Amino acid sequence: MPSIEVTRAAALPADWRDFLALTKPRVMYLVVFTGLCGLLAAPELPPFVLGFTAILCIALGAGACGALNQWYEADLDAKMRRTAKRPLPAGRMEPESALQFGVGLAAFSVLLMGLATNWLAAALLTASILFYVFIYTVWLKPRTAQNIVIGGAAGSFPPLIGWAAATGQVAALPLLLFLIIFLWTPPHFWALSLFVRSDYATAGIPMLPVVAGAAATRRQVFIYSLPMAAAAVAPWPLGMTGPVYGACAALLSFVFLVLAWRVLRNEGDDPAAMAPEKHLFAYSVFYLFALFTVLVADRWLPW
Amino acid sequence: MTPEDELIRKRQRGRARVMAVLLGAFVILMFFITVAKTGINW
Repeated sequence: MPSIEVTRAAALPADWRDFLALTKPRVMYLVVFTGLCGLLAAPELPPFVLGFTAILCIALGAGACGALNQWYEADLDAKMRRTAKRPLPAGRMEPESALQFGVGLAAFSVLLMGLATNWLAAALLTASILFYVFIYTVWLKPRTAQNIVIGGAAGSFPPLIGWAAATGQVAALPLLLFLIIFLWTPPHFWALSLFVRSDYATAGIPMLPVVAGAAATRRQVFIYSLPMAAAAVAPWPLGMTGPVYGACAALLSFVFLVLAWRVLRNEGDDPAAMAPEKHLFAYSVFYLFALFTVLVADRWLPW
Repeated sequence: MTPEDELIRKRQRGRARVMAVLLGAFVILMFFITVAKTGINW
């Protein structure tokens, strides 16, 4: 629970832009995109407005997670250069306002999802929010260097939710999409945490590079990339997608593995010597976008 | 009115405007959700 002191002289109401900043809109796009792809990859599509509402609810749920995360970690955010200017550590908002906003947004997103689509999608959205807030933010993140591995499950839910919103069911393909994001998260975040390690160390967050060192983290990045690549290609041999997806997934994953190998071989300890880590991080974002785009294209284009 | 009062009013006006837009959008969204759920054809 945050204990930051609000430094403002009077009880100035927070600006609406600060509430928007609480939802971390810049990191929401990947959640929205994978949720949309889960919905578009489904065998049946809902009416446009219901599909739009499902994606809106996923975005609102992600925004609620961001707000609750910032409320809980306000003290940690104040210690890191990257996050010190957020509304709570900067003293532009009362912690209670952030908490009420986060809880209200979470409840609203789940109710709207249930009413507009179905209650299975609403239950999955609830699970993802609770998982992110309680399992990842409160429990794992401050305690274990493996926080990203299990906590990554929270970010893996959107394609499952999108599919469930469209069909009212859960099937093998969205579970595989869940697995792909789950296995993609560790190399993606560890590549980032290698070159912002000093920030995490300052805040006392036990990220793997801080606890186990750069060499062990680089090994883990490569090790996790292997099952991730296998999971990414798997929908094709399992007959869930066509050969176009299979070929593109194999090519994209091969490049990912090459970049992860370069990270493994890198011995630089200074952020300036971490070009391979920066390349892998940037490529990992492109990789997920490209993979899911090809999946949807494979489902809809007549090739 | 002090400069701080003016800033408070400005923030309140800004929040009220955003809330009005969001509520309006919500009403429109609920209308179309209802239409889609009841299967009405135009």
